[in-house]
Amino acid sequence: MSAVNLSNITKKFGNVTAVKELDLKIEEGEFFTFLGPSGCGKTTTLRMIAGFYYPTAGKVKFNDRDMTTVPPEKRNTGMVFQNYALFPHMTVAENVAFGLKVRKLERSKVKEKVKEVLGKVRLEKFIDRQVSQLSGGQQQRVALARALAIEPDILLLDEPLSNLDARLRDEMRTEILRLQRDYGITTIYVTHDQVEALSMSDRIAVFNEGRCQQIGTPTEIYNDPVNDFVAEFIGETNLYNVAYENNRLHCADLGMDIQVEEPLDERLRNQELKISIRPEAVKVSDEEITGLNVLRGKVKIVQFTGAAVHTLIELSKGVQLKVTTLNEGPFTYLQEGVEVVLQLPPEKIRVVPSIRERA
Amino acid sequence: MMLNAENRKTALLLIPIILVLAGYVLYPSIETTIESFQRDGTATLKNYGDFFGSKASSNLEALWNSVYISILSVLFSALIGVPLAFIFNRYDFPGRKFFSGAAIMPIVLPSLVGVMSFMFLYGEAGLVPNAFKDLFNLSKVPFSIGGVPGILLVHAYTMYPYFYMTCSSAINNIDPSLEDAAYNLGSNRWTVFWKVTFPLLTPALVAASLLVFMVSMASFSAPFLLAGGFRVLSLQIYFSKINGNLEMAATQSVILSVVSISFLLFMRWFQNRRDYRMASKGIGAHRSEVSNPFLKWTMVCLGIVAMIILLLPHATLLILSLVPEGTWTWQIYPTTFNLENYILLFKDTSIWDPVRNSLFMAFVASLGCFAFGIITSYALVKRKFIGKNLLDILVMIPWALPATVVGMNLILAFNKPTPFSFGQTLVGTFWILPLAYFVRFIPLVVRSTSAVLEQLDDSIEEAAQNLGAKWFYTFRKIVLPIIMPGVLSGTLLAFVQAVGEFPTSVLLYTLSNRPISIEIMNQLRMFNLGQAAAYGMIQVGLIAVVLFISYKFLGVKSEKTM
Ligand SMILES: Nc1ncnc2c1ncn2[C@@H]1O[C@H](COP(=O)(O)OP(=O)(O)OP(=O)(O)O)[C@@H](O)[C@H]1O
Ligand SMILES: [Mg+2]
Repeated sequence: MSAVNLSNITKKFGNVTAVKELDLKIEEGEFFTFLGPSGCGKTTTLRMIAGFYYPTAGKVKFNDRDMTTVPPEKRNTGMVFQNYALFPHMTVAENVAFGLKVRKLERSKVKEKVKEVLGKVRLEKFIDRQVSQLSGGQQQRVALARALAIEPDILLLDEPLSNLDARLRDEMRTEILRLQRDYGITTIYVTHDQVEALSMSDRIAVFNEGRCQQIGTPTEIYNDPVNDFVAEFIGETNLYNVAYENNRLHCADLGMDIQVEEPLDERLRNQELKISIRPEAVKVSDEEITGLNVLRGKVKIVQFTGAAVHTLIELSKGVQLKVTTLNEGPFTYLQEGVEVVLQLPPEKIRVVPSIRERA
Repeated sequence: MMLNAENRKTALLLIPIILVLAGYVLYPSIETTIESFQRDGTATLKNYGDFFGSKASSNLEALWNSVYISILSVLFSALIGVPLAFIFNRYDFPGRKFFSGAAIMPIVLPSLVGVMSFMFLYGEAGLVPNAFKDLFNLSKVPFSIGGVPGILLVHAYTMYPYFYMTCSSAINNIDPSLEDAAYNLGSNRWTVFWKVTFPLLTPALVAASLLVFMVSMASFSAPFLLAGGFRVLSLQIYFSKINGNLEMAATQSVILSVVSISFLLFMRWFQNRRDYRMASKGIGAHRSEVSNPFLKWTMVCLGIVAMIILLLPHATLLILSLVPEGTWTWQIYPTTFNLENYILLFKDTSIWDPVRNSLFMAFVASLGCFAFGIITSYALVKRKFIGKNLLDILVMIPWALPATVVGMNLILAFNKPTPFSFGQTLVGTFWILPLAYFVRFIPLVVRSTSAVLEQLDDSIEEAAQNLGAKWFYTFRKIVLPIIMPGVLSGTLLAFVQAVGEFPTSVLLYTLSNRPISIEIMNQLRMFNLGQAAAYGMIQVGLIAVVLFISYKFLGVKSEKTM
């Protein structure tokens, strides 16, 4: 088991900068996720940790050992590829045994270990199958078993579930978590699926265009996004431009001053700002509400999704607000077209700098 | 930096590749070019003056003949191959599968053997003309092939499979819904064919045309046996060499090389150009069943007649191989049949020797192609380096060069001691022929290996590396086993083609390494047709076995074997 320390990593391909000045420390035994939209540099970072790319600048360390230019075969990482990359000419057992044979383990030990690992991923029955005769989920398990068999210091998974259907994805998610806990292995997981990231990870790094935007636990990332990109990428949110003048936050879109709980951070005062409030944090009622940040609007669309009800409310021309409420029975649903009163609770509002251009 | 380690590995791979290509492809070509600018030891343009000048109009005539024969060969091959491809892939009628399999049978005849069977069949003393003479009591044979028509007939027969195979696969790749869409928009059959189907087939047609043009520019056996006094360039090279005029042979080689290499470059450019090939997958061709019974049975009959004509050369070869020496002299038809020609192979060492020589030399050459092909394809497909495109072209040059030119190049390069021949004079020794076969068939193995390597996802190698395997271990345990079918099928093909190779053999053989094809010529000269046919049958048998193995065990489709 190892901690991973990336310091000031930059990776360029020609004149494309895939990863920019990345600083990251992943603790021993942690389940760490790289999350971000397509092309933001997640795979590139993972491959630098595995050793398939060498950084243009910066250092990769496992614990205190400098691994920056160590070739991949000497890093003892276990990687699960997006397309599994199983060896097509070998059986399940031979695939799993490959890394052990490379390590010159005794024949009987190899056999034992293969059995054990295949047992862990519940594939004992398929031990002598040709890999081409397995289903997608089973191939995924073989790939996992193959990576785990070598007892890697770090487990690397690059969108391992993206080729599976939704049901199997759920099942494999649990499976991967269980194995990770069993082995207590430092794991780096790449995904662009935010639900996957939030539900599985100890900590998440959110990437955008080669830069790491925020590192934190799922709750930190969700509740305290550092900028509008993170707020919008993780979960649903309502974002409005605000201006900071005379110690007040004025929101032109909502046509009012917004009250927040804490005074604005000094460093933010000169930046372009937005407020972000999650749909489930908004209070909505068809009766009068008293207090701070109270608004009026008209219900436009009501969308029923089972556990929750999403309501889109028009505040004024072109300004809308998303609200999510728990399903508490048919009488609580709002009717389309009715006037409602809304409140944005000050303690739920986040003021974030805007890194995206104004729409 | 570690990056250098990767580059070191690439460099280590490239060194042997470059040495071999430089020594046996580039250097010989350069020697030929130098020779072509020399006359009696001094540098001069005289040879080219003689070539294009009025003094030796025969050379220009030969060049012109080569070109127009090639153009006509393209035309005739297309006229046979394209309609056949349409009929067999678009219509369903009894026996379709069998006919479409038989349609590629000409490829099992090595060129010399093919020409020979045509002579047995349709030549001055051939079976068919003489049968006519006999049947109708004529005083002389009503027709016989020879000269330009003879060459064209043989070319059309041996080269139409190029059109047939490329068009078949193109037709099968056309998404039927495209044509359906056109019908749906109100077009009739004629418009659909010319506006939709034909444009989609153009890339395949152009590729096949270029291929046939190059092959017939290089064609040697057909003119050699059939031309009479008619001159073509590939043959002129041979005659110049026989007459001891190496400088003129070199000049002629350079000119033929220039034509061939420009075609290679043009073909590469054409294939790399973005074309509108279909991306849609998994669509089988939709064949319309021929329901009109009259039409259906006409088609079947036509198919049967065509098959008889197509397979007649094979049958003739087989029958004649059973005719013992000295039993068919003045009779119209042979009368005695037995296995003597085959038995002699094992009894008479002078008859067995050529077979042994051919097998051994082809084996050595294909072993070389095997090793060289694997390394080269791997470097070309999986490694990054500067000058890759150049290397790619260099590797394909032996394929583009006519065999006669390859032979001439080797003669001019190795008729003196060189570092590449370890200080030996190779010409006149046993080893010059295996070397020639090796050079000739490098591209075959490289191409079939590259095709499978391109299918191999990079992440497979990375996975092995990630599990701790060093590069060489990964290569041995993962890459090699996966690509082996492709490599083997290319190597086997190289082997059988080397066994049948005639043009380089006739330029380079010595008494000690006389191969089958040379012995066939000897037997023909002694009018021992039976023994010549038996030698031919050995080659046909070998090719058939190899194609069968490739198809059955290596999963290679017949159209990939070109
Ligand atoms: N080998 C390469 N050569 C050149 N550019 C590359 C290479 N690999 C990645 N890039 C570029 O670097 C950027 C980041 O790519 P990367 O594969 O890391 O994205 P990603 O976050 O994994 O995206 P996805 O979710 O689509 O897998 C992209 O713009 C990509 O085009
Ligand atoms: Mg990726």
